[in-house]
Amino acid sequence: MSSNKKYWKSVEELNENSSIVETLQQNEFVQEIPTDEFLGDKSSLESSSTSRRDFLKYVGFSTAAASLAACEGPVKKSIPYVVQPDRIVPGVANYYATTIADGFDFASVLVKTREGRPIKVENNNLAISNGDANARVHASVLSLYDISRLQGPKKAGEDISWADLDKEVGAKLNSLGGKQLVLLTQTFASPSTSKLIAEFKAKYQNVTHVVYDAVSQSEALDAYQMMYGERVLADYDFSEVNTIVSVGADFLGDWQGGGYDSGYAKGRVPKNGKMSKHIQFESNMSLTGANADSRVAVTPSQQKQVLAALYAYVTGSGSKSSLGANLDATVVKAAKQIQKAGRNAVVVSGLQDVDAQLVVLAINKAIKSKAFNEGSPRTIRQGDSKAVAQLVKDMNAGRVGGLLIAGVNPMYSLPNADEFKAGLEKVSVSVAFSMHNDETAELCSYTATTPHYLESWGDVELKKGSYSLIQPTIKPLFDTRQFQETLLKWTGNTATYHDYIKSAWTGILGGTSWNQALHDGVLVKPVLPKQELVEALETPEGDSANLEAAPVVTPAGPNVGASARRLSVAKSSGLELTLYTKTSLGDGQQANNPWLQEMPDPITRASWDNYLTVSRADAATLGLTNENVANGALNGSYAKVTVAGKEVVVPVIIQPGQAKGSVGLALGYGKSKGFKEEMIVGVNAYSLYQNLNAVQNVSVSAAQGVHEFACVQLHNTLMGRGDIVKETTLEIFNTKDKHHWNAIPEVSKNHIEYEVTSPEVDLWDEFDRSVGHHFNLSIDLNACTGCGACVIACHSENNVPVVGKSEIRRSRDMHWLRIDRYYSSEESFEGDNEKKDNIAGLGSSLSEFNEMESASDNPQVVFQPVMCQHCNHAPCETVCPVAATSHGRQGQNHMAYNRCVGTRYCGNNCPYKVRRFNWFLYSNNDEFDYNMNNDLGRMVLNPDVVVRSRGVMEKCSMCIQMTQKTILDAKRDGRAIKDGEFQTACSAACSSGAMVFGDINDKDSEVAKLKEDKRMYHLLEHVGTKPNVMYQTKVRNTTEA
Amino acid sequence: MKQVKYRNSASKILVLGTVFLFTFLNPVFGQEEATADAVVATEASSGGDVAKGEELFKSLCAACHKRYKKMTGPALFGVADKYEREWLYSWIKNSAAMVASGDAQAIAIYEEYNKTAMNAFPQLSNADIDDILAYVMVPKADPPASVPGAGAATASGSGSGVSINVVLAILALVFLMLMVVLFLVNKTLRGFAEANNVELPEPEARTPIWKAFIQNQFLVLVTAVFLLLASGYFVYGYFMQVGIDQGYAPIQPIHYSHKIHAGDNQIECKYCHSSARVSKTSGIPSLNVCMNCHKSISEVAETTATEDYSKEFYDGEIQKLYKAVGWDEDSQSYTGETEPVKWVRIHNLPDFAYFNHSQHVSVAGVECQTCHGPVEEMEIMYQDAPLTMGWCINCHRETNVKVADNKYYEKIHKELSKKYGVDQLTAAQMGGLECGKCHY
Repeated sequence: MSSNKKYWKSVEELNENSSIVETLQQNEFVQEIPTDEFLGDKSSLESSSTSRRDFLKYVGFSTAAASLAACEGPVKKSIPYVVQPDRIVPGVANYYATTIADGFDFASVLVKTREGRPIKVENNNLAISNGDANARVHASVLSLYDISRLQGPKKAGEDISWADLDKEVGAKLNSLGGKQLVLLTQTFASPSTSKLIAEFKAKYQNVTHVVYDAVSQSEALDAYQMMYGERVLADYDFSEVNTIVSVGADFLGDWQGGGYDSGYAKGRVPKNGKMSKHIQFESNMSLTGANADSRVAVTPSQQKQVLAALYAYVTGSGSKSSLGANLDATVVKAAKQIQKAGRNAVVVSGLQDVDAQLVVLAINKAIKSKAFNEGSPRTIRQGDSKAVAQLVKDMNAGRVGGLLIAGVNPMYSLPNADEFKAGLEKVSVSVAFSMHNDETAELCSYTATTPHYLESWGDVELKKGSYSLIQPTIKPLFDTRQFQETLLKWTGNTATYHDYIKSAWTGILGGTSWNQALHDGVLVKPVLPKQELVEALETPEGDSANLEAAPVVTPAGPNVGASARRLSVAKSSGLELTLYTKTSLGDGQQANNPWLQEMPDPITRASWDNYLTVSRADAATLGLTNENVANGALNGSYAKVTVAGKEVVVPVIIQPGQAKGSVGLALGYGKSKGFKEEMIVGVNAYSLYQNLNAVQNVSVSAAQGVHEFACVQLHNTLMGRGDIVKETTLEIFNTKDKHHWNAIPEVSKNHIEYEVTSPEVDLWDEFDRSVGHHFNLSIDLNACTGCGACVIACHSENNVPVVGKSEIRRSRDMHWLRIDRYYSSEESFEGDNEKKDNIAGLGSSLSEFNEMESASDNPQVVFQPVMCQHCNHAPCETVCPVAATSHGRQGQNHMAYNRCVGTRYCGNNCPYKVRRFNWFLYSNNDEFDYNMNNDLGRMVLNPDVVVRSRGVMEKCSMCIQMTQKTILDAKRDGRAIKDGEFQTACSAACSSGAMVFGDINDKDSEVAKLKEDKRMYHLLEHVGTKPNVMYQTKVRNTTEA
Repeated sequence: MKQVKYRNSASKILVLGTVFLFTFLNPVFGQEEATADAVVATEASSGGDVAKGEELFKSLCAACHKRYKKMTGPALFGVADKYEREWLYSWIKNSAAMVASGDAQAIAIYEEYNKTAMNAFPQLSNADIDDILAYVMVPKADPPASVPGAGAATASGSGSGVSINVVLAILALVFLMLMVVLFLVNKTLRGFAEANNVELPEPEARTPIWKAFIQNQFLVLVTAVFLLLASGYFVYGYFMQVGIDQGYAPIQPIHYSHKIHAGDNQIECKYCHSSARVSKTSGIPSLNVCMNCHKSISEVAETTATEDYSKEFYDGEIQKLYKAVGWDEDSQSYTGETEPVKWVRIHNLPDFAYFNHSQHVSVAGVECQTCHGPVEEMEIMYQDAPLTMGWCINCHRETNVKVADNKYYEKIHKELSKKYGVDQLTAAQMGGLECGKCHY
């Protein structure tokens, strides 16, 4: 039975006599379409000479013409040299040894140049000290090609010639009327520059030289001077000791000039059942704390008390501690450990406090630490904060007539920049020696534009007796003149700085020739033998008994006891802020470097930002939150941070491991002058850096708004997934067999358990890789400090694009190599495993797994570099519909970009998530205005590696261009390849020796031995992908004295 | 836009046709043999053998002197009239001593030529010097009358093509005449038949062939399929050659003839393209490499000139080089005003293909000609190989790796030849077909 229901589309239909319904039955619209309105404009239609037909003809013609034209290739020109320089062969790289010395980073490096342009920075293996380039040093080559650099000298923003500048400034300097002439410079640590400044002082009257480090080490220098009579920094060799106690010293970061990670890593790899023990007391979660065996989260004022107590316990002198029972017990344990190790222990501190630094020196002196090398202290920090403060006063009092500012940017990095500005207005002539039109250069009367260090000459004394030379690797790109060259001019010396150094070095060179020193880049002079305090007291290694009996050596100079007493009563009110420097930006000199901005922070994994790190407890009290939004990205609240009347508003990240009662904030961000817009990120924390001290009492309150972070890792805890990071303790490692702590996962076949690596359970036909080379990369989780040098080295070698903050936020980062950082949910990863194993039932699993997703308040941390694992049974290769990714016999998983059609199947099928998709064209695209969008920035590209286009997958190639180059060189020379010749960009950059690359078919190679090591495992081994990248199980030294 | 040699076959046919026609219109001419340098072997007044002198001159003096033109040293024609014979003997044997001794004439020359000391030739006897002087005193012969039209590259074929065309033309003429004769015969026969009232059989009216064709649907189908396949074939062929520039021979800013350099003068390729031994690029030689020779070669020999390119043309090209490199011939010195030459690149591998010359040239010992074709015969350089991936791969499949005396290959060759059971391994067996070996 059919229904009589009538359906109606509008109320109008119910009205039977509606004309509208009638109309609608015939037409689509009730009203006539007003075509006349837009076509009826006769005058404009007639005035147009293009009819519809003509228009179509034009379209047709241009389409046809365009497609015809597209069939013809463009004409390319090849322009050879008129006179080819002897050393340059097109297509062959030249290497030059040089040194970076920008006042913050000091390192001897090798610079790779192609056709005369520097394209990569590498470690100089000849250098004994500071041969390890960190991430910033690796990235510094890109700062050379910074498009925002000044291109010539300036006078009040207008161009001026060097001759005019010399004349004008020279005249003014000679007529200062008895007022001071001040040289405000970075730490040069350069023998030649020191000599030159002395000559400059002799030439002009009343000259003062003020050395200013943006990130001050003034207190440590003062303490060393009080103790040893020389204003330098103690140098430590962490490879010499087996017990390291650090109180707030981020020595794997930038503490006192950095460069300690290779020595530290040597002791961290268990050898013969032994490895070093590292205890860290700190407030911010630092790279060093993350690597420690035992990390104690304490506020800065507590750190002072800890240090005092440690001094008391170790030396048996001084007052008893005022610490809480728990903390006291920890300090007692640490002290016992130090006593047990005796000479094989070292204590370091990052507290910016003369007392603290004195106590540290006293402890090391008392235990006669082997790590401390008195004969060759570091000279790479010389800044004096008192002198800087005095300068600002003098300037405001009108006592300064001339000010020459070289290598520093006080208007940006001084907390009292406004006072400095007021003072600068009273200075009659001010010259900024700067590469950029930065905050300071903008206000100075002249800017004497300086070249990049890769365009300059120079010399550095990194520590006493260790010299390094700086040589240009390219002709100056712009009309620049280095500071020393200008000083030479102004002192009336006609020599070039190159000749000046050469003559200054006649005394330094000794028996070495200048050319040899320049070739090596480094020169180590024998220094006084390490001062053995009392030869008779020499204790055998690890023998503790003698030390207790040994009399305490009380330093004659400063009263350390009084210092320790002052430390022990340290108090704080409210929250304590510790300002720190990030691995990526440091003091902010290279803030215009897109590689560094995009490099994720090793701890928070956030890029393009600085933020206030707050403990969970404090965040809850202050009402600060972090949350993940729908696409997974991280959002955070803003907080207002106030120090002595100065306030800044910063985003907040809740940081596991942050000591309750403390907050942290990175310096080096928020630079805004002489910059590209994209690069102006973060807030300038230098305004809170009162008295150039990193620790400040602050008040924090929640502020309006939500900040969007660009964080590349959104899942922070390991949750007991032992197939990703394997971890054990030294005790278990030494006592139990491999199966217990590094078991190979098993699968069942016919009710028999097989190891997944067994051919019995292999689905695939094994390929014969025994002939030729078979490359493997081993990554030692014990030696890896997470420093990120490899990430930047990979960027620079492989032309990895920079995608910018908003793309990173969408998880579209292009890093071929990432360093995963995992927190434990319990106190330790061990605890995680137990908790996971004890989960019983569904209900329990739901709640407990949920709990495990948040990190512990003081978690253990582990770093794991992950790149393409180059699986022998690669899941990506089987799903590619166009065979764009395929396997090579040498173990590398190849990616033919020109074959890829961008289905992204491979990326989805990769269990390691290491494939990266080019969502956009990142070069020559104004939407991504980074280095690949201008001719200058593109000069850094490696000509041996393709720049990928939009719509293709890319990933780590295991630097096949480098392995192929090594093979070709050997073929051409007709020789076999030695172990160590094969390198990847990351393994070459790894100064801690965590990454070892080589050929496992060469049975004597280091990597072949590492493959047989019992610590060896593969990432997600149970998947059965048989990767060519292997990891070495992390071992923690939890033994206690 | 690139112009490629083999691309437009249609236009090529047209050109050929035009050439064919031209052979009828143009009077056949043969290029006159260039009159030989009519050097009259006149004995100089003081005696001396011109032929012997020429030999000595070319071996000892020609590096710095020319007879009629200034080079590193002065032009030598007329020198015997200008100076005393005895003075010349001692000057040639040891000029430096004369300058040192303070001889006014000697110092004047020494100063004039930028204090460049002339080599001493103590080995020459006075008779030898007489021979040389006899040779240099031979007056310059009048240049041969220049051939009209030479120098401009004419579109017509080469000289040997003319005779073939003549034969073809005669043949065509014969055929034409035959046809005319046949037509006339036919007409005459018909005339006879009509005159004799012979009934000629009328051709039966048949359906026109095109109608029959349309009616036969099967035939239409087959033809359609055939046409589709054929056009598909040609379209495919057309698209496949897009981007392949085989035969690409652009006009270069300087007419550099590989034929003269590598062919006639047998200069080794890697003398100029030296980086091919060590680098991934073969390198276009920098201009200072050209000047190694062209400092003293400012003009080509008469015999170098061809029908297409005259001596003046070649000399003009050398002048272009001098201009680019900033060489002043009169003062025999560099002016410092340079102007890099913008060559048009012929062999363009795409960016995503990595090719290393040294791998092929130094390690494998592949001849340059294997990929670049008969360069020593190319007056104008062109791309000989297609440079496609298939072409690369094919060679890798067929070519054996040169492993002898290379320690690198020792182990791998032993193991691989055992594995494949062969003595000689191809590049492909070595792994030369893997994607990542060339694409990264």
